[in-house]
Amino acid sequence: MTLNPIDEFRAELRAWLNENCPEEMRDGLMSEEGICWGGKDWVFTSEAQKIWLGRCASKGYTVPTWPVEYGGAGLSREQEKVFGEEMALVNARSPLESFGIWMLGPALLHFGSHEQKLQYLPPVARGEVRWCQGYSEPGAGSDLANVQTHGADQGDHWLVNGQKIWTSYADKADWIFALVRTDRDAPKHKGISFLLMNMDDAGVETRPIKMISGISPFCETFFTDVKVPKEQIVGTENRGWDVAKYLLTHEREMISGGGAGLSGGGRALGAVINDTMDEMGATLRADAMRCEVDTLAIGLTLERYKDQSEAGQGAGDASAMLKYMGTELNKQRHELMMTAGGSDALEWDGPLGNRAGDWLRTKANSIEGGTSEVMLSIVSRRVLGLPG
Amino acid sequence: MTEEETMLADMARGYLDGAMPVSKLREMRDAGSTHNAATWKEMADMGWAGVLVPESAGGSGMGFAAANVIAHEMGKTLAVSPFLSSAVIAATALRQVSDARAQSALAKIASGEATYALAVDEGIKFNPESAQMDARGDGNGFRLNGKKQFVVDGVMADRLLVLARTSDGLTLFDIPADRAGIDREKSNMIDARDVARITFEDVEATGEDVLGAVDSAMDVLRPALQAGQAALAAEMAGLSAGAFAMTVEYLKERKQFGVEIGKFQALQHRAAHLWCEIEVTSSAILNAGRMLDENPENAELAVSLAKARATETAILAVQEGLQMHGGIGMTDAFDMGFYMKRARVSAEWLGDYSYHAEKVANMRGF
Repeated sequence: MTLNPIDEFRAELRAWLNENCPEEMRDGLMSEEGICWGGKDWVFTSEAQKIWLGRCASKGYTVPTWPVEYGGAGLSREQEKVFGEEMALVNARSPLESFGIWMLGPALLHFGSHEQKLQYLPPVARGEVRWCQGYSEPGAGSDLANVQTHGADQGDHWLVNGQKIWTSYADKADWIFALVRTDRDAPKHKGISFLLMNMDDAGVETRPIKMISGISPFCETFFTDVKVPKEQIVGTENRGWDVAKYLLTHEREMISGGGAGLSGGGRALGAVINDTMDEMGATLRADAMRCEVDTLAIGLTLERYKDQSEAGQGAGDASAMLKYMGTELNKQRHELMMTAGGSDALEWDGPLGNRAGDWLRTKANSIEGGTSEVMLSIVSRRVLGLPG
Repeated sequence: MTEEETMLADMARGYLDGAMPVSKLREMRDAGSTHNAATWKEMADMGWAGVLVPESAGGSGMGFAAANVIAHEMGKTLAVSPFLSSAVIAATALRQVSDARAQSALAKIASGEATYALAVDEGIKFNPESAQMDARGDGNGFRLNGKKQFVVDGVMADRLLVLARTSDGLTLFDIPADRAGIDREKSNMIDARDVARITFEDVEATGEDVLGAVDSAMDVLRPALQAGQAALAAEMAGLSAGAFAMTVEYLKERKQFGVEIGKFQALQHRAAHLWCEIEVTSSAILNAGRMLDENPENAELAVSLAKARATETAILAVQEGLQMHGGIGMTDAFDMGFYMKRARVSAEWLGDYSYHAEKVANMRGF
């Protein structure tokens, strides 16, 4: 029997996964503790986690759609779907998650030079370098283009001074990609550059911020006379807003995907509701039903836009829609999970684990990467053409 | 959508804008009947009546996704036709049966020669499995006694698909609508559509009139209902898009406080939210069409998801549309009321939001 190429790919992949995915990595865990973030200071939580990362990286499976020369497996959209299905089939954990994969990669693949791609991407794919994102500032939240962190031109380098906030995991990151004002005289969107900086450089300092969920995934990051060589710019000087906007589109799609809870989370709600059905009654079930309907439909929408991206029609402005719908749904989901959990859900590390922490974390979903209100304004102006 | 589907949608739009704008529905409503045999013949000539009839039986055999595309375009201007009842529901039922009689019935649907209506509901809510209408055996045949309501296209249809209880289950009958003992009374519908309450009194039926097997109506009816629910969802999504387009246009031209009201963020965000809901619903509808074409055995979840989402979105679209139009939206002279009334009728037909959300929940394990 001869198989068509996609079936052949599936068969090979399935065999590889069966052989190579360690038993301990087959719990589909996507909670904070289960994630492998990589980086030079990363401490693997188990030998299996280390082995799994190494094996996936050797096949390009940490970044399956990136080109092979930059550390990926060069998968097509069709193959990527199969990859997702087969990973789910063995309930495999994601081998590696990082801002390098989600954000830096797409930016460099689109705007970077060949040399930059070769220099920065393979270490990300292997989980050796961990990146963080330096976008927001105390005075630049929804008005992101108002960044004040300044890069003074010193010939062969910029001298960077300023402060970033909400830099996720900056205290654990090796490098940062940041929006820096390199021309104070230009209109605010036209004087920003997209710079790459080493967190070990003199003058970089981070301070974690304790959040309502009790943990500190976000930091403040300070730059004092940090020297950034000129070759560490992505794209053109003073055109960093183009890169930023492009990346925001990616970030929004990513947040919306997490928001829709598509990696098995869809089942979890049903199971949770079933557990407490007798005590909860009809109202909670009705709310959960509605949430489930919307979860499935938003999941299909994400898939539809991914398919369109493959065909060359990116989600573009519609990423604002995906982000808005996905994150509002996720907040709703977690409210339901809390209600279903009753008083058990009210304890830190109680009988339901970190349910309360997860619930509180979701409250940031509709703020980070652009608030729901900013998303609606984007749709209103750019999609509907309503007057600004 | 595929390139072919986009072409089909453009073609349908071109025809419907000319032949079936909302003003046409208004005209027919004012004249007392929304039945229009001439336009149905034109639709049949374009292959719409035979969209699900195989080419071997004289149809265009375009499939379920294509049927959804046509229904979606019809919804935009509230075009009234027997498309859902005949071309989608009846044709899908007949496709489950392979005998010569079914083949000839399919050919008549494709040519526009015969129209059908589906008589299932007996109470105020859609629940086919609970049908009680009596079809007791009588010699070699059956005798139908009972009442049906909310039979869409039931007054003008040439034939009826009637769900009734036989000795060991439910049976689906395919009978001429003018058979002795059938009394059709027109319901005075809020959306002016052709809907009937039908009384059956000692209506005689033979084995020939049974579609599929006796006591096994659901084998034939289930796929037909799924096709109808998906196409109705598509029509409702079209309705939502139509009401939404009117609303956005109005936001751009209506001035208050010296500016276009579309400048107000409160209205911008309501409109943007509605657009997001419409987009998400359209994904569910595309998915339902694909599943019916490619994996019909497992399409139930996709279909119920589509009908549930389409119902919620349509209700939202007409409510927001009316509110954002202000007082003028309340007048009969303006079209928004037509959208609102059709949305309410379609929400109820073939299962409301709760019916389909309940199915989704069951299939998702709770």
